[in-house]
Amino acid sequence: MSDTPKGSRKTGQDFESTLSSSDTKVAAFERKHRGVMDTIQHVLHLNPTLVPVMVLVASVLIFSLPMVTEGKFLTMFNLSLVMQQVSIIGILAAAQSLIILTAGIDLSVGALMIFSAVVMGLTGVNLGMPSFVALILGFVVAIGGGLVNGLFVTRVKLPPFIVTLGTWYIFLSILRLLTGSQSIRSQDLDAEAPFLKIFGSFISLGSARITFGVILMILVFAVLWYMLNKTAWGRHVYAIGDDKEAAELAGIKTDRMLLTVYMMAGLVVGIAAWASIGRVGSISPNAFAEANLQSITAVVIGGISLFGGRGSILGPLFGALIVGVFESGLRLAGLDVQWQVFAIGWLIILAVAIDQWIRKVSA
Amino acid sequence: MTQAPILKARGLVKRYGRVTALDNADFDLYPGEILAVIGDNGAGKSSLIKALSGAVQVDEGSIELEGKPITFSSPLGARNAGIETVYQTLALSPALSIVDNMFVGREIRKPGFMGKYLKMLDKKAMEEFAREKLSELGLMTIQNINQAVETLSGGQRQGVSVARAAAFGSKVIILDEPTAALGVKESRKVLELIQDVRSRGIPIVLISHNMPHVFEVADRIHVHRLGRRLCVVNPDDYTMSDAVAFMTGAKEPPAEAMSAA
Ligand SMILES: Nc1ncnc2c1ncn2[C@@H]1O[C@H](COP(=O)(O)OP(=O)(O)OP(=O)(O)O)[C@@H](O)[C@H]1O
Ligand SMILES: [Mg+2]
Repeated sequence: MSDTPKGSRKTGQDFESTLSSSDTKVAAFERKHRGVMDTIQHVLHLNPTLVPVMVLVASVLIFSLPMVTEGKFLTMFNLSLVMQQVSIIGILAAAQSLIILTAGIDLSVGALMIFSAVVMGLTGVNLGMPSFVALILGFVVAIGGGLVNGLFVTRVKLPPFIVTLGTWYIFLSILRLLTGSQSIRSQDLDAEAPFLKIFGSFISLGSARITFGVILMILVFAVLWYMLNKTAWGRHVYAIGDDKEAAELAGIKTDRMLLTVYMMAGLVVGIAAWASIGRVGSISPNAFAEANLQSITAVVIGGISLFGGRGSILGPLFGALIVGVFESGLRLAGLDVQWQVFAIGWLIILAVAIDQWIRKVSA
Repeated sequence: MTQAPILKARGLVKRYGRVTALDNADFDLYPGEILAVIGDNGAGKSSLIKALSGAVQVDEGSIELEGKPITFSSPLGARNAGIETVYQTLALSPALSIVDNMFVGREIRKPGFMGKYLKMLDKKAMEEFAREKLSELGLMTIQNINQAVETLSGGQRQGVSVARAAAFGSKVIILDEPTAALGVKESRKVLELIQDVRSRGIPIVLISHNMPHVFEVADRIHVHRLGRRLCVVNPDDYTMSDAVAFMTGAKEPPAEAMSAA
């Protein structure tokens, strides 16, 4: 190509002269023979929750077969029991999802939940404060715990894994020091602060027992779904998990956003703490020892990507239910519950493999 | 040039450890002009515009917008001041849709109760706006505005990023190699868009390695070399080979071009 001569400027290059007559129609491609695997990959890319939904439906169907559980699985009573059993881990998984969506991970949710519940119990029962004050203090601890995690992640720029591993130990030790590792008994709660146990109450529908805790779990997921999908805050959560640097350049104050996410997760942990008192009946500093891993398991099986930015908040609800259904179904089928642990292990690997595969989708 | 610059920088210094990306760089953008910034790879062009758009904080130097000293602590600050930037890396979120990406940080909410108290987004309004802006750019090959950006081709992504800047920039638009991945037709559209934006009175900073494009649209050319402004030349007075010679150090720019700087 020759240089533009001094003083004269062309508009456009010669070879561009045909552009004015170029096709202006919207490209329409015939979608003929897209392979089966390609189609599946695209469908899953749009709907990462499809896998957990299918696993859940399939497992419910299998355990409902008369020759498997002799009809003991598919009863209103048993299904509502499964819901109760997963409600606390379900709510914790919702909190965990928020953090994982930002490409983080929270190893402290379980300890923070007990910490918050212990504070509710100590102030409401041992110190005899009114229940609502006890609740407020419990929520302050939960949100404050989230804030501490968030500050270390955003201000000190430490990886969430390390920060929350550290605060996991710290929260556990504080709550044990506070309680002297003593449980707060059910009778004392009934006498001093029965309102703390409200989420253990239930409505009977036939043989089904719908506890307030189960309703609460569903509400938590519904509200978070709305926030994540219908508000700017939610879109920013995804944007940060997707590519934090791009989100920052595009004009999101990513560190401030992350702080709100960690505090929001703390709030949800506080909700789980309150619900757990109703579910268990008492407050034990040693309860829910595996809650951290169980919440992460529900999130991963639910199709939320551990690398952030992908997946639906409803996935972990299905993930938690899958775990509960397996446990109940295997027990009713008279099989060793270790088979549930075995199956969950495979499901985790499968879920992550699918996530990796979906990420490779292209135009 | 009798007018005062709309965006002006003096003595910018930016170091990354032992690398000096900006070494006492100056910069002037005048109202209503298209200023091209050219320079070798690693000359510090991107660092310069990142300093101007708040994406990096300089170690030394001052920046003025419309005569007032400014310091942007983040890209959001620059954006709120009306400076819109297409970064070389595009700054798009791959898993989010085209619409979500265009409106990141300035989403439209539904009118009334839903929007005010429940903060509900008005997806329809945003989709309509995004579609309009993309068709203005001729990016009609995008079939679905709710498609994830990662399923677009490189050029289409660049188009989305350019459309976003053009749609929202009110004072200054900065484009860091906006046509690098674009086809002939799409590049032409971006050049037309640049001229269109200028005719709306908004000045543009265009970083490009494409000399024909630079010489076609630029009013002035800022030659960047070794982290600083070497000279500013008028494309009517010099040839492309002159510009390349200055940029690479093969030829000394004339004194008046250096002093104009
Ligand atoms: N984040 C960073 N960390 C360390 N060094 C950096 C960083 N960003 C830029 N640099 C260095 O600063 C110098 C200028 O880089 P810059 O990206 O501004 O160049 P450029 O002129 O935009 O080049 P190109 O034409 O290749 O885009 C380079 O030597 C680069 O290695
Ligand atoms: Mg660059």
